[in-house]
Amino acid sequence: MKILVCISRTPDTTAKISFIEQNTKFNPEGVQWIINPYDEWYALVRAIELKEKDASTIIHLINIGTNENEAIIRKALALGGDEAIRVDSGIDDAYHISEQIANVAKDGYDMILTGKETIDHNGSAIGGMVAEMLDCNYISLATKLDIENGNAIVSREIEGGEERLSAPFPIVISCQKGMAEARIPNMRGIMAARTKPLKVLAASANETHTSINNFDLPPAKAGVKLIPADTPELLVKLLREEAKAI
Amino acid sequence: MSVLIITEQSDKKIKKQSLESISYGVAVSKLLNVDAIAIVLGPSDDVLSSLGEYGVKKVIHQQTIGSIFSDSRSASILLNSICDQEKAQMIIFSNSLFGKSVAPRLSVKLKAGLVTGAVKLPEISNGFSVRRSVFSGKAFADVKITTPTKIITLNANAFEINKTRGNAEVIESNIEITPSNITVIETKKNEGNISLADADKVISGGRGLKGPENWGMIEELAKLLGAATACSRPVADSNWRPHHEHVGQTGVAISPNLYIAVGISGAIQHLAGVNRSKTIVVINNDPEAPFFKAADYGIVGDAFQVMPKIIEAVKNLG
Repeated sequence: MKILVCISRTPDTTAKISFIEQNTKFNPEGVQWIINPYDEWYALVRAIELKEKDASTIIHLINIGTNENEAIIRKALALGGDEAIRVDSGIDDAYHISEQIANVAKDGYDMILTGKETIDHNGSAIGGMVAEMLDCNYISLATKLDIENGNAIVSREIEGGEERLSAPFPIVISCQKGMAEARIPNMRGIMAARTKPLKVLAASANETHTSINNFDLPPAKAGVKLIPADTPELLVKLLREEAKAI
Repeated sequence: MSVLIITEQSDKKIKKQSLESISYGVAVSKLLNVDAIAIVLGPSDDVLSSLGEYGVKKVIHQQTIGSIFSDSRSASILLNSICDQEKAQMIIFSNSLFGKSVAPRLSVKLKAGLVTGAVKLPEISNGFSVRRSVFSGKAFADVKITTPTKIITLNANAFEINKTRGNAEVIESNIEITPSNITVIETKKNEGNISLADADKVISGGRGLKGPENWGMIEELAKLLGAATACSRPVADSNWRPHHEHVGQTGVAISPNLYIAVGISGAIQHLAGVNRSKTIVVINNDPEAPFFKAADYGIVGDAFQVMPKIIEAVKNLG
């Protein structure tokens, strides 16, 4: 079993979001960068758990980005994974990123795992695009993943419930909560990660379909209207008459 | 040339979220001066010609759908043939589970630029750009699509349903579904009637409720308002409530019209999952709870005292 785990670099979940250069760029000042939580907690850790069950499993990590991303790639290698590939590109377009991943993934991987989305772009597009480029199955928003008799057994969220699917390899799966328990790297992992291979490849194509013009922050809330605790019926009245929400 | 709107059904009826997508798609078709066509997938109990009331000229009804809702591959092959047939220049999905799994595939097939999670009509005065939600609801981005064919998935509750009068021509379509090699082993329904993703109102409880035995008042208020129930992460992690009810950054992100949070302090990760709600109500006994900063209405008080009175007042609304 050869698994390719896609990891992305995002600002920490508590980072202050602001923009610079006439709102065309994210303001990185003072921001701590992390592995996108869905990629780390669910996709990568589940791949590591599968390797713990079957030691012959090979895990490769892939990241599309500039050399600023190497710190989080090393952290991912400290959690687990045998080697990493970084495709050197600064382009932020889902089609472009997917094309880079598909180009590496076509070399004999059985399973390509992604997080369900990144917490900065919230695009949820990469997994489906990569699967289409590879012409293989794609199961989105998976909450469980096992391997049985040469098939992937996947539970996924559906509207109002859950379904369990069986699908052959190769397959692309996007992962979310339920898949695995978050872990932190141990000292042995951190030491080992320093010497694990991190291959850098040049981007293979430059086709893009979208670009970000500018960012904007939502208007500030007008401020909370406090209702005295002894007259909560006033809340109900305001929700009906003012907010027209009930 | 046309705008194609991919609709979804629940219990053989067009979903509310799809009616929003139809209204959005019709508005986009007017901007582009082309016709809007709705695609209905699977058997339906709705009178499909009445979708004309939302402004579509034509409804394409594909009855046979195989397992396209479990297999994004056969779904995208089907939609690709309909797009070819109708010379679609724009395809609108809901940003639903189905939209998220199929739109990216279709985007590669059609070489169509994709914007997911749109919150506004496109701007076409200078190129073609669409506003979408980014940074987990903490910001917006205006994204330019540079390809001739375009795909947009629309966030729930981001666009008003616009109903007037009209009648649509209904065309029965019989495209053969590509066989799937994904097998559905089992399907489970969650308990509770209203799914979080579709809910117009959500009542959510946190650690302040002290234990799962105290959820009766959350459920009662939800039932009275026709709302879905939800919870914070610590509540799901302590198994007080099922994991699928967890809203927040790592759980479900929601954008209902009304979100009532009871006994939730409002950690930044929780806010990231709910900050796109239209009206936010916070009930918490801690006046310093960060959630009050993100709320429209708040009550600083003991949930066990306040909630029964709210339930009573809702009952008296009539």
